[in-house]
Amino acid sequence: MISGDPRVPSSRNSYCPRSDTMDWLQKNLPRMVVAPSFAAILWFVYGFILWTIYVSMTKSKLLPIYKFWGLGQHFRLWRMDRWYVAVENLFIFTVLFLIICIIIGVLLAVLLDQKIRAEGFLRTVYLYPMALSFIVTGTAWKWILNPTLGVQKLVRDWGFTEFTFDWLVSRDMSIYTIVIAGVWQSSGFVMAMFLAGLRSVDDEIIKAAKIDGASLFSTYTTIIIPMLRPVFMSAVVILCHISIKSYDLIVALTAGGPGTSSDMPAVFMTQMAFHRSEIGLASASATIMFITVTAIIIPYLYSELRRDNAR
Amino acid sequence: MPAEASHYEALESAAERRRAIFRWILFGILGLFALYYLIPLYVMIVTSLKDMDEIRSGNIIALPSAFNFEAWAVAWGGRGYAAGDVFLRPFFWNSIQMVVPAVVVSTFLGALNGYALTKWRFPGSDWIFLLFLFGCFIPYQAILLPMARTLGILGLSNSVNGLILVHSVYGLSFTTLFFRNYYVSIPDEIIKAAKIDGAGFFKIFFMVILPISAPIIVVTVIWQFTNIWNDFLFGSSFSFGDSAPIQVALNNMVLTSTSVKQYNVDMAAAIIAGLPTLIVYVLAGKYFIRGLTAGSVKG
Amino acid sequence: MATLQVKNLTKNFGPTQVLKQINIDISDGEFLVLLGPSGCGKSTLLNIIAGLETVNEGEVRINDHVVNKVEPKDRNIAMVFQSYALYPSMTVRDNILFGLKQRKTPQEEMENSLQHFSKMLKVDHLLQRKPGQLSGGQRQRVAMGRALVRKPEVFLFDEPLSNLDAKLRVEMRHEIKKLHEQLGTTMIYVTHDQVEAMSLATRIAVMDEGIVQQIDSPEVVYDRPESVFVADFVGSPSINMIPGKLVVEGSLVAVVPDAQSSLKIPVSGYEFREAPRSGTGVLLGVRPECLMPQSSSEQTEFQLSLPVSLIELTGHEQNITFNFYGAEIVSRLPRGNQLKVGDVVPLNIDLGGVSIFDSTSRKRI
Repeated sequence: MISGDPRVPSSRNSYCPRSDTMDWLQKNLPRMVVAPSFAAILWFVYGFILWTIYVSMTKSKLLPIYKFWGLGQHFRLWRMDRWYVAVENLFIFTVLFLIICIIIGVLLAVLLDQKIRAEGFLRTVYLYPMALSFIVTGTAWKWILNPTLGVQKLVRDWGFTEFTFDWLVSRDMSIYTIVIAGVWQSSGFVMAMFLAGLRSVDDEIIKAAKIDGASLFSTYTTIIIPMLRPVFMSAVVILCHISIKSYDLIVALTAGGPGTSSDMPAVFMTQMAFHRSEIGLASASATIMFITVTAIIIPYLYSELRRDNAR
Repeated sequence: MPAEASHYEALESAAERRRAIFRWILFGILGLFALYYLIPLYVMIVTSLKDMDEIRSGNIIALPSAFNFEAWAVAWGGRGYAAGDVFLRPFFWNSIQMVVPAVVVSTFLGALNGYALTKWRFPGSDWIFLLFLFGCFIPYQAILLPMARTLGILGLSNSVNGLILVHSVYGLSFTTLFFRNYYVSIPDEIIKAAKIDGAGFFKIFFMVILPISAPIIVVTVIWQFTNIWNDFLFGSSFSFGDSAPIQVALNNMVLTSTSVKQYNVDMAAAIIAGLPTLIVYVLAGKYFIRGLTAGSVKG
Repeated sequence: MATLQVKNLTKNFGPTQVLKQINIDISDGEFLVLLGPSGCGKSTLLNIIAGLETVNEGEVRINDHVVNKVEPKDRNIAMVFQSYALYPSMTVRDNILFGLKQRKTPQEEMENSLQHFSKMLKVDHLLQRKPGQLSGGQRQRVAMGRALVRKPEVFLFDEPLSNLDAKLRVEMRHEIKKLHEQLGTTMIYVTHDQVEAMSLATRIAVMDEGIVQQIDSPEVVYDRPESVFVADFVGSPSINMIPGKLVVEGSLVAVVPDAQSSLKIPVSGYEFREAPRSGTGVLLGVRPECLMPQSSSEQTEFQLSLPVSLIELTGHEQNITFNFYGAEIVSRLPRGNQLKVGDVVPLNIDLGGVSIFDSTSRKRI
């Protein structure tokens, strides 16, 4: 393929002239390869987001109206009781989800870090819920928490005849059933993250702590876990993200009910968009969701990338 | 001297006792959590093997009196059901038809993108990557409506092909992220050597890069397969009726029963819907975990 | 005051035997260096002494007490690690005092120790910083401070200088030696760098593949290595090994090199452990500094003239490689002689410093 001096790159080889188009092609090929995907992202992600934001500022109902209206839909949104319920639920869910997942995740990771023979097996067991879809999870837990035949019946069969567990159909408690199922699904993931973090701690630090006389407990609490702050940050961000996007789980578990008591922004949006012919309102709620996610993700990405550049 | 000897001995046995107690507590807690994670699966399986009378009279933990697979047959093929009720078989195939092309397309393009953005950097490639990266995090509610309209305009609403398009596009962010992170840690010298040898963009990709990409390809394929198979949001928003994917069918099945609720059928259906990703996870869990932790951004 | 003994120590990692029947006696105040290549077991031995690893067979005794099952924190030892192992989320001050706090040492005593040792190690102005804000050398000093305040009976060092650059390494080496002279505490030091070993040790234990090849003072290890391995490992440039056969003619003993059978190198003055026998295959070990050009006035017992094949300058010395009938031998000479590549030079071997090894057993004879 190359004639002449093999040490000279072929593009500068005077015995083998290359056409300008070949050169141009080689130079721009990478760009051309990325272009279709990039164009797709620009259009289907950013273009669509802009569309949604714009429509949230119009009077659209069943069909989009492109005349600019202003923040009317947003005012409507924040005056709706149902939206407040959704936001409140999101808040309750997120806080509980975060705290419980992290506690369980850290606990299991620390315990699994103790060099046990069954570690591989246990890891598989703790993490398999993540392989299931939220619909499957929701369906399973819907059955387990069934007000008449589920946990309530089980405990009654054990002799506690007065026991009730009807959270699934209780207006006040339905949101907590979502917490239970959500934690079951995602805490294994937090465990995996922390286990990876624990494993990356330099062995010699542990040895030094042993020689210094730190008990296992205080080695973890005063030395290792403070070293894992980046993992905490990642876990919080990712869990928040999962929480805001929660849709499938709620649809399967409670369908947002009873009534709208376990509603969440994602469910609200879909309802408004596809069942209530209120696409302006739906777009407004989607816009709020987008802004919230952006507010969390952008600082996180920024600090992550800065940390990597500093390394 | 003797005092010192017994001092050491006392320390020794105290330490041993502490270690033993600790071990017991450790296994206790780990075991309890294992139960917590396994019991729902157990309940699902066990319920799917009972008949409705047994379910009503017993409780969720009780073992079935016999292994009754009728619920499974109903969940899968709908035998014995009134017309209009949902059973999973056709929707299972919908999902397969949807998943395979989407995984292939998004993985292949992701590999090319990751390769181009890391080994053939051009002005703006960092910004382009950032835009891909951010695309992983957006709540899909922000694109549902315009996507629905677009599919309608393209004549793809209510079709498996429409879903293939959707999943391919939105998978691009993740696949590009995975491959980019993997290729970043491959030394540039390999590419330079190949360039000096006269190889061009595609030749290097197919002859040099792809052969060493096996781990990340597996991770990406598993990730994409799991996410697309498990998707409900896109499926329920963009397809109704015959072209729905399996998770939508499952949900419809559970929500709408014309006759008495058949919990055993529900559970069998849930297991069927979850089985493919579960099998992938059991067989290739190591890669699954790598995908999860690679997805949390590392530069 | 601490003596340390390792008796019949064996350690396996799975099927591999990493330490084989190790026996070492360390007296109070010694500076023992465990020297050897990677994988020889020296770090494992150190970890076992520290209590960080278990033992398959044998005992470790501190002050004559078997401490096999005693926790590291109860053995009254301190350790300095290769990667310093400072606690990243704590300040220098908290790092140094961590061990004392775990022992519930009274506040005043802690403060005094902290002030004393941080001044001694010149890190007293860094107390509020975190390890991430320190340079490599500063981190190593803090690591040593953390060890010192414990006032242990034995100091353990696990390749503490490997992560430092060359200049810093020499500086810290001086510091460690001065420390030993000041404190007089027993120290056990692991390294693969023979220069470190030679300069720091009161005794060196040269290890290879889980066995102690030789344990002696640095002078003896250098001048009278017990095996080919020890001779080759210690000394830079490496010792020259000339394969050959012994020839015994009455009271005259000579080595006939395999490469040049007409040559007879007389070694009659060598202290053989058993009577030498003709025909024994041997390796004649000649240190580079024992090989030098003849001065014209000297008498010679044998003619050895070799051409120069390579000249390397090492600062104030030269390493000159000669072509010894197809093999290479190296000589270490001061600068100043005007040798060029290709010159044929008559050479003299200082036979007082040679070592002879049996070529099958690889041990000194």
